[in-house]
Amino acid sequence: MKPAPFEYYAPTSVEEALATLQNLGYDGKVLAGGQSLIPAMNFRMARPAALVDLNKIKELFYIKPTDDGGLAIGTMTRDSVVEKDPLVAERFPIVPYVVKHIAHPQIRNRGTFGGAIAHADPAAQIPALSVALQARFLVRKQGGERWVNAEEFFMGPFMTVLEPEEMLAEVALPPMAKGSGASYQQVSRQKGGYAQAAVISVVVVDENKRCKDARVVLFSVGETPILSQAARKILMGNLPTPEAIAEVAEKISKEEVDPGTDIHGTAEYRRHLVKVLVRRGLTEAFERAK
Amino acid sequence: MAGKYVHQSILRLEDPELITARVQFLDDIKLPDMLHAAFKRSDYAHARIKSIDVSEARKLPGVIGVYTAEDFGDYVKPGPLQVPPPTAIKGATYVARTTMPIAKDKVRYAGEPVAIVIAESRYIAEDACDLIYVDYEPLEAVVDLEKALQPGSPLVHEDLPSNEAGHVRQERGSWEQAVKEADLVIKRKFFINRNAGAALENRGIIVQWDKHAKQMTIWCGTQSVIALRNQTAARLGLFESQVRVITPNMGGGFGPKINTSLPDDALITYLAMKLERPIKWVEDRRENFLATTSERDQVHYCEIAVKRDGTIVGLKDFFYHNSGAYNPYMMTVPLNSQSHTVTNYRVPNFLTEFYMVFTNQMIVTPVRGAGRQYGVFVMERMLDAAARELGMSPVEIRRKNLLPANAYPYYTNIIGQDFVEGVLDSGDYPSAFEKTLELIEYDRFVNEVQPKLRAQGKKVGIGVACFSEGTGVGPYEGARVTVGGNGKVVASTGYTSQGQAHYTTFAQIVADQLGVDVKDVKIITGDTGYFGWGAGTFASRGITVAGTATYMAAQKVRQKALKLASKILEAPEEELELADGVVRVADIPSKFIALGDLANLANPMRGTMEPGTEPGLEAVAYYGPPYGATGAGCMAIILEVDPETMQVSMEKMAMVHDCGTPVNPMVVDGQIHGGIQMGIGDAFYEELIYDENGQLLTASFMDYLFPQATDMPKKLVLGHMETPSPLNPLGIKGVGEAGAIPVPSAFAQAVENALQDTGVEFDRDTLSPSRIFTYVQMAKGA
Ligand SMILES: Cc1cc2nc3c(=O)[nH]c(=O)nc-3n(C[C@H](O)[C@H](O)[C@H](O)COP(=O)(O)OP(=O)(O)OC[C@H]3O[C@@H](n4cnc5c(N)ncnc54)[C@H](O)[C@@H]3O)c2cc1C
Repeated sequence: MKPAPFEYYAPTSVEEALATLQNLGYDGKVLAGGQSLIPAMNFRMARPAALVDLNKIKELFYIKPTDDGGLAIGTMTRDSVVEKDPLVAERFPIVPYVVKHIAHPQIRNRGTFGGAIAHADPAAQIPALSVALQARFLVRKQGGERWVNAEEFFMGPFMTVLEPEEMLAEVALPPMAKGSGASYQQVSRQKGGYAQAAVISVVVVDENKRCKDARVVLFSVGETPILSQAARKILMGNLPTPEAIAEVAEKISKEEVDPGTDIHGTAEYRRHLVKVLVRRGLTEAFERAK
Repeated sequence: MAGKYVHQSILRLEDPELITARVQFLDDIKLPDMLHAAFKRSDYAHARIKSIDVSEARKLPGVIGVYTAEDFGDYVKPGPLQVPPPTAIKGATYVARTTMPIAKDKVRYAGEPVAIVIAESRYIAEDACDLIYVDYEPLEAVVDLEKALQPGSPLVHEDLPSNEAGHVRQERGSWEQAVKEADLVIKRKFFINRNAGAALENRGIIVQWDKHAKQMTIWCGTQSVIALRNQTAARLGLFESQVRVITPNMGGGFGPKINTSLPDDALITYLAMKLERPIKWVEDRRENFLATTSERDQVHYCEIAVKRDGTIVGLKDFFYHNSGAYNPYMMTVPLNSQSHTVTNYRVPNFLTEFYMVFTNQMIVTPVRGAGRQYGVFVMERMLDAAARELGMSPVEIRRKNLLPANAYPYYTNIIGQDFVEGVLDSGDYPSAFEKTLELIEYDRFVNEVQPKLRAQGKKVGIGVACFSEGTGVGPYEGARVTVGGNGKVVASTGYTSQGQAHYTTFAQIVADQLGVDVKDVKIITGDTGYFGWGAGTFASRGITVAGTATYMAAQKVRQKALKLASKILEAPEEELELADGVVRVADIPSKFIALGDLANLANPMRGTMEPGTEPGLEAVAYYGPPYGATGAGCMAIILEVDPETMQVSMEKMAMVHDCGTPVNPMVVDGQIHGGIQMGIGDAFYEELIYDENGQLLTASFMDYLFPQATDMPKKLVLGHMETPSPLNPLGIKGVGEAGAIPVPSAFAQAVENALQDTGVEFDRDTLSPSRIFTYVQMAKGA
């Protein structure tokens, strides 16, 4: 289980990294925490001709408050740093709770917030979280940059809008709205294991407890994180009664997700889980909404 | 039999070094000039090899050689049987097709080596594997145990008339008679899956051939140094004494490392000699899943004949056992299933029959539990089925049928893995059962706790299962105990150690006999350069067989020391004692001689020695039991099932175990904890899944779920009983596999109990939440 031969670059600045990526084109691959890329290389499922290691670029490791009350997170910020950061906990209490469910401490100590997004594993937490929180991504390349909304970033399993010469540089989280509440529900076979089905719910209520917004994002049950349309359609402007929530859960599990059968569970079971988890998640999110 | 050390929970002597990493594991060993090996493995489970093109691979810089079956000539032939066939069983038939060192003409399992590359580094060797092109003609894979025996099935071994690898039928009493006497005969079918040994450290081997001394040294993480030495010598035409096998520290064994003629063993020894350079091969996890032996799937058709009051009159079990592509380990696993089916109960009529089947899957050889848990699983499931049909509780039906405490020795009439009739040497199963119920507070749970929680909508359940473990079987083990001039003692045995605390427990036995500090006893295991006789580490036989041999050798040394000291101290032997590292006159403590001085005097350099005296304070002893010592016990589980997601939370587990005299009770606890964790894997997580083409779908820890520390029950209570075995002087029985055996049985019963309102009944192990969900849907008629 040794990787095929590859070239290795370790730039110390973003500019240098972008120039190297530009030069390498399709041959280059960014190395972040390496917790997904290195195993894939060891299995020889990934055979990049060259690695551009971002670990020596200090300017990519940060968590900064933004004036609007949100956060800016540098792509190389380790999962464990996000998990323990007091500012993150204060502004986005759902984030550390979700991040804790990623793998094991050893992996979170290496794995990066941006790496998980760029990797776009359909079973990964952070891509779904970024969709639920309406994150925006700063994408840079030599001599240019662009902002991409999380909702438009994920194209398919392990596929994003990133071009080979581009790099994800920053994740910007807009502030949580007043009256919002969030919940995370997942079922996995083991602690630290990938979810068989999971849902992140972020809801907003008005003074009368009526639903102003409901972002219900499912993952591990389709090719990308799935932002439910049904949840919004059924709940917006209404009281989140148990009946309404049950209706959402039923509709999502029947119409919006597409889990497959794998060695750990049948499609039927995972569809059933979606129904249960959406119901539990929305109930909890509305309870928390203030 | 308690002593100053024996029966005491002293801390493990090997731990400080292990924890501070002052030990050597196989991959730490780096020899000058060492080469590295990698295998090109078959992508197909069943295919004819039309051609192999290695020309590109040979050209890669750093590659020393690329070899296929053709290059090895006559060396490529079926390997030796690791276990002989059981000729003692009347009417048993078997067909031996032992492991090929490298695939020739045909591949029979996915992962079978078709070529081996030797290169300057493992990286280069793996690069070269990528450059080997094999042209296969795919054949239909044999994967279904029952279909494999039907006429027209493709054949794993085409020279055979069918895929049948063996057949055994044993009967005590008469099943026919049982059916006549019974009020009710209940039938069930069970499926049992396949599990990996999955030691923390994979397999590996380093071979060095000294062309001047004509000596081969093998470092290998093996469970049997002796078998590896003997089989290697035989293959290469060497004397056994020309081959030294050393096991470095090992990160677990759990069964698969008992094999000593797998392809790597055969090929790397040959090539190291041919190339006259040391070669290292360390298996990676994927190879371990694909190409290291694993254990059993079985399909059982079972019937139990009972009286209306729950009395068992008979049991019939007919099963198919998957041998995999080859069967070098003969019948050990299915024989274990057979001989552990009815052990704990009075079953006057018992008919058991199995067919072993060749398939295009990895070879099956023992993994901790070694088939025992499936005999137990089938029996416990049948008792649950009978209790259900008779309207009894699982406790009642067991209590009614347990073998009474005065039944020993109990002749079972069933021949087991050691080819002699199984005899239960001693035990007290009813007490173990009652004690377990107390520890889990069975009555309180059923009468008070469960109704209350059920009223709150919680699905909580309880399960209880009995088990036995035939341990400490023959043939024999040996040991040499030597007192050094430094007054310390060294004991060496051919038994190998994979982390079981032999360095502590064996030392406890020796220290008590020779009156030295236990820290002054050095144990050497698994190095044929020190001790070259024995069989190997299997069947929970370490402390029972090798431990007893060590005890006997220490006793002989003790006699020698007393005899010599008696002369020197001018006092009769009866008045002497061995304590504090000296031999002294018990009543006159000032009259003594240090053990080290005595050792030197026992090895005079000049002068004369009395005829008939052997030099040194040293002795060798061998011990072989007539049959194994049977440990036994009982386990209970309380768990909660989420009625929607079917996630299972194990709240409390209790186990009572009887392994005779525990030499070190703390070590016994550790063995049971580890066993239980494997049992939990078996019950709930672990499953090697092959698809219809014989492809392994679970070839990494991403897919093969291994129980973690966080998967242990919230509360685990152990209870011990000590019914000494009459078979050996210390009264020991083995305990290495015990914990793994009862878990699937107790677990299935507890989940059924939790979901009682659904009427669900399980007919298999590895009850994942998805599977529980499917069973519940079926029970609801959905
Ligand atoms: C045992 C184990 C269990 C795991 N369990 C989970 C789990 O439960 N949930 C979960 O979500 N994840 C899990 N992971 C994956 C882990 O979280 C990964 O680390 C993460 O998904 C990828 O982050 P990374 O920093 O390691 O990226 P890397 O492995 O370094 O890179 C992943 C991919 O993203 C690309 N990439 C990385 N950063 C950038 C960037 N800035 N710009 C452009 N491309 C980039 C790389 O080129 C590569 O293709 C697990 C991993 C392991 C080993």
